[in-house]
Order: sequence, then structure tokens, then C-alpha cells
Amino acid sequence: MNLPVQTVGLTKRYGGLTAVQDLDLTVRTGEVYGFLGPNGAGKTTTLRMLLGLVRPTAGTVRLLGRPVGAGQLAEVGALIEGPAFYPYLSGRENLRVLARYAGAPAERVPLVLDLVDLAGRAGDRYAGYSLGMKQRLGVAAALLKDPRLLILDEPTNGLDPSGTADMRRLIRRLGAAGCTVLLLSSHLLGEVEQVCDRVGVVSQGRLVAEGSVADLRGTVGLRVLAEPLDGAAERARELVGADRVRVVDGALELAVEPDRAAWLNTELVRAGVAVRELRPRERDLEQVFFELIGKETADVR
Amino acid sequence: MSGSFQAELVKLVRRPAAWLLLAITLVLAVLFTYVFPYAGYAAGTAGPNTGRGLPALLPDRLVGNALGGLPVFLGAIVLILGVLVVGGEYGWGTWKTVLSQGPYRLAVYAGKLLTLAVAALVVVLAVFGVGALSSALIAAAEAQPVHWPGLGDLLIGIGAGWLIATMWAMLGVMLAVALRAVALPVGLGLVWMLAVQNLLTAIAAPLLDWVAQVQKGLPGPNAGSLAAALGASSDTPGVLSTVGGGQGALVVAAYLVAFAAAGAVLLRRRDIS
Repeated sequence: MNLPVQTVGLTKRYGGLTAVQDLDLTVRTGEVYGFLGPNGAGKTTTLRMLLGLVRPTAGTVRLLGRPVGAGQLAEVGALIEGPAFYPYLSGRENLRVLARYAGAPAERVPLVLDLVDLAGRAGDRYAGYSLGMKQRLGVAAALLKDPRLLILDEPTNGLDPSGTADMRRLIRRLGAAGCTVLLLSSHLLGEVEQVCDRVGVVSQGRLVAEGSVADLRGTVGLRVLAEPLDGAAERARELVGADRVRVVDGALELAVEPDRAAWLNTELVRAGVAVRELRPRERDLEQVFFELIGKETADVR
Repeated sequence: MSGSFQAELVKLVRRPAAWLLLAITLVLAVLFTYVFPYAGYAAGTAGPNTGRGLPALLPDRLVGNALGGLPVFLGAIVLILGVLVVGGEYGWGTWKTVLSQGPYRLAVYAGKLLTLAVAALVVVLAVFGVGALSSALIAAAEAQPVHWPGLGDLLIGIGAGWLIATMWAMLGVMLAVALRAVALPVGLGLVWMLAVQNLLTAIAAPLLDWVAQVQKGLPGPNAGSLAAALGASSDTPGVLSTVGGGQGALVVAAYLVAFAAAGAVLLRRRDIS
């Protein structure tokens, strides 16, 4: 089967600076893939290489099973590093012009304008658009060809909270539309967590982790608030083993599967411990992220 | 390619700056070719062009009068147009928007060149048009007989004007691709056309024989020679018979192709960042 996105050993060097190094990226059919990394990690350079805008120093790119390059983007739509349009044309005229380059039928223009909620302002000059409208027009342009693969680079960058919420709603709707595969880059964890099935974390040009959001977080255990704390800790050590029990900030953190919560509760109560709260403890994605990129930074140094 | 050409054509026609440049071209052409010389003639003032007198302003001199501005002043405006058509994509960051839609870079580039060639033809036809109108009005005002140039001469004149204008537009294209901007290519292009070329002709060439020889291979003097061969007055800056008209046409055509090709090579090779 043809993978929507597959890169092997993708590398880009600018003189002595390595922007992207040996990147093996795989996006599967039917998923929303989050490409996560801090600013300057090489996300945009990678996406530009996917589209043939930037020539890789080494490595290969295949989109929808085809080698990449201009003229090969028939079923690919993209918004790279912020929207850029002709300021003297209206939103609608901008899309009509782009449809001609794309060889897309002009009838797609009102459809995509509608999809991004810009139909009402489509006749206004682009120069007068708010940033949120510009971003939405960028998404509309990416949808002109009715793409199977949609690449959005930092689509919420610079938007206000309501613009961000609109954009996320739009992205979820596109993801839910089914046939479209979405590759979404971001430096915002919350965004990736909300909309992506799978995440690749890139730091200093290298892919440092890849997996589902749950995978990345890893499992983790239970957090218990109970009284008396000492008694609870003692009984918990007997039940699951001393090495799996830690006392942190007046609570117990147990390295056990969350589905053992009911059993644990029963046993603690039987031992005369009053359990106030018992819930699965997940690692914060932010924590995971900083661990990943922090470790990588240390490796490189 | 045809889709790219149509898109470029729409972009140029809808662009206010393009119409502004055309308007300035026509105003300058009429003012300096007809209005000022005629006003001078009518007032009987002695000046650089008064020797030409009324006959130089009549319809039968249309071809030479229309071509006179193209080697330097009107050419400079067409150069700006060439820079705008390509450099705007760098300035607005729209190369990535266009190329993300999937066309080949060289197809987009070819669409731009073709659009500029059409625009250059429109500019030249408009200059001929306002020239014809102005000379007819002067002839009527002075009760002079109206003799138009022959159709063959007119077509050759329009063809030569188009060749010169397109060559300058291609220089603008090449500079815009090379410098990936608008302002610097316009500035450097104008310094070359308005200052360096004239300094070479007026100061360096009379002093040094090798400069005079090199001049014969440069685009400006060849365009000037082509215009001069078709009747443009050598009182006009840049119009000077340094080489024959045939050689002028060939060299101008060679520069046109060379500028376009150099831009194509650079655009194809470089990353769009």
C-alpha cells in the first residue's frame, strides 16, 4: 500500500548547519499526524522538502507513493509557514488564480470558501483580512484540489483564542471527513494532543520520538490521597511491592495499571485506610516533550 | 503552462501598479516626444530639439518618434514591470503558495515571461497609439497634410519596439530572480539604465577605445542603434547609431534570450525559502 508520506534518511544542510538530519517519517492512511517540535527544530524545512520547495541534501521523499517534486502534487494540499497571497486581489480572486495553477476546476472555489467560513468576505481584498481570515484562506487554498493528503504547517500560529478555536474545529472537521490524511506541524502541545492520532517529535532536525499521544505519555499508574498517609503507604507496599510506591506531595504514587484501582481501594479500606481520591496518573505531554527534547539536546552537546 | 499563463495574465491585469506604469509611460512619451517640442516650436524658443522643427512631429515620423524612448526611459519602466511580475512573488512570499499547488517551476516562469511579452506589446502599441493621436492633432492644428508611414514600416517599428521592451523586461526578471526581491533589482536596474549606460557613452567611450568597442556589445547601445536605424532622433538620450540596425536587432534578441535563460536556471536550482 502507498503510504501518504514516507521519508527515508531525509537530510538538509545549509553550509555547516544541519537543519534536518536522517529523518524517517511515516504518515499512514486515515490518520491525523502531529509533527511536533520547538521553533527552529526543522519542521518547516522538512515540510518544504516534502513539497519540493527545498531540495534535500540527502534522502528520499515519497508522497502517496510517488517521488516528490513539482508537478507531482496532484492530490496534495499544503499551507506552509503562514498564508501568503496577493494583497491587491480579493480572497475569491486569489483562489481562482491558484486554481488555474493547480488545474483545479473553478467550481471548487465557492466550495472551499464555504468550508472555511469565508464565503461572506470572499469579495474583500486580501490586504484587509484579519490574520485568522488569512489563515483560513490558506487552508481553503490547500483544499482547492480536493487533496487526499493535507499538510498544514502551524495553522494556529499567531491566532487569537477564538481564531485558534475556529481553526481547530476546522481541522477536526477535515480529519473527520475521512479520506483526507492530515499532517499537522505545531509547537503547541495542547493542539497536537487535541487533534492528532499520532505524533512525531522533532528536535534539532531529528525525530526523537514517534507514537500515539498515549504511547508517548506512557503508562503510569495511580495517584491516591488517603488517611493516614503512613498507614496507606505501608499497606500499599505490602500489596504491590515497595519499589512501586512513592510518597509525593502528600499523596501516594503507585506504579501499577490503572485498572487495578478498584481492587486497591478495597484492600486499603479493609486495612482501615480512608481513601479520599484515587485516579489514574498520566504524565503531562508537556513533561514528556521537555524530557525528549532536553535529552536530545544533552546528547548533541 | 496555459493555466499558469492565464493566472499570470489575471494577476497582471488586476494589479494597479501595472496600470500606473502604463499611464506613466504614455504621459512621458507624449510629453517629451510631442508636447514639449511642439510647445517650444509654437513659442519659437531655441532649445535642444528646435532644429527638428515641425516636420519631426508629423504623422510620417511616427515610427521613429515612438521608438525613441525605448532604449532608455520607457525601457526603464518596462524593466520595473519585469521586476514587479517576478519579484512580487518573493516580496509577498507567494512562490510557496503557487508552487504548493503543483505546477512546475518552469511552467510558472514561462507563464510570467509570456505575460510580460504580451504586456510589452501592449505598451509598445499604446505608445504608437498615443503618438499617432498626438501627431494627427499637431498636423490638424498646423494645417499640415497627414501622411502615415507604410504598413510595412509600421509593423517593423512595432516589432523592433516590442523586441527592445521585452528585452528590458527580461533584464528585470533576471535581476528579480537573482536578488529575490523587488527594491534592489529595481534600483540596480535603473542605475544601470539611467546612469551607468549614459556615463559609458558620454564619458568613458570617447576617452578609451576599448570601452567604445565593448559598448557595441551592450544591450543599451544596440537597442539605441536599432531605434536610430528606424528613424528615432539621435537627440533622444540613448539613441545613437553605434552599430547597424540589423546587428542591433540580433544583439537585443540575444540578450532577451540570455536574460530569460539565466533567470530560468537560477529559479530552477534554488530552494524556495
